[in-house]
Amino acid sequence: MRSSAAAKAPIFAALGDETRLGLVARLSSGGAQSIARLTDGTPLTRQAITKHLRVLELAGVVRGSRHGRESAWELQPRKLDEAKRYLDRISAEWDAALSRLKAFVED
Amino acid sequence: MSTTDRIEKKITLRAPRSRVWRAVSDAREFGQWFGVKLEGAFTPGAHVTGKMTNPDYAHLTMELWIEKVEPEQRLSYRWHPFAIDPKVDYSKEPTTLVEFTLADSGDGTLLTVVETGFDAVPAARRAKAFEMNSGGWEHQSKQIEKYLDAQ
Repeated sequence: MRSSAAAKAPIFAALGDETRLGLVARLSSGGAQSIARLTDGTPLTRQAITKHLRVLELAGVVRGSRHGRESAWELQPRKLDEAKRYLDRISAEWDAALSRLKAFVED
Repeated sequence: MSTTDRIEKKITLRAPRSRVWRAVSDAREFGQWFGVKLEGAFTPGAHVTGKMTNPDYAHLTMELWIEKVEPEQRLSYRWHPFAIDPKVDYSKEPTTLVEFTLADSGDGTLLTVVETGFDAVPAARRAKAFEMNSGGWEHQSKQIEKYLDAQ
């Protein structure tokens, strides 16, 4: 999976705003959340919050889905979690190395 | 310790503990399954180096700093994970700690591998290591399968 600087630019632009960063922080505390909950405690309107969420959605950082009349929003962690991907990679290397060890000692 | 700081693996091997210990603690045997030709012995405090045997990484030297050697119980070393870019001087970067622990399990051996210290690895290196290895490791695995099949 290539992640060139150009491909990453929209993510950085999307996150380069205090309100949007705040939304990501709220969403990272777990699960999908409604617009009502995301608006709660901010001085902004639902419409304004929705606009910010659309920017994050375009960058692939969050994903929106409709549940009846409410829309719920959740993080797309794959885009954000470089550290985890790095660990997954090393983890896969260990899996491969240990299966070779298994073949080596069980022969 | 955060969840991004460690990797833990457990595998049950149908081989006696003494056999597993030799495969893990004997530098030559370790190299055979890991894919590196190591020079020196695994003794506490030893700095063991060797050339990778995978043709893709043949230009690379692997370095291990041995810490604990407790026969048939525990072996640990430090290294630079993903130190595969020849243009980078890794010597100043933080190492991770790898620990192998052996335990009896039925008529076999339970081997646990824990690698810790990833949070200290620079974020830029993490991303880079990931990109550089896309496909590379898969190729290496296939090479080793071929080797084992030919045995």
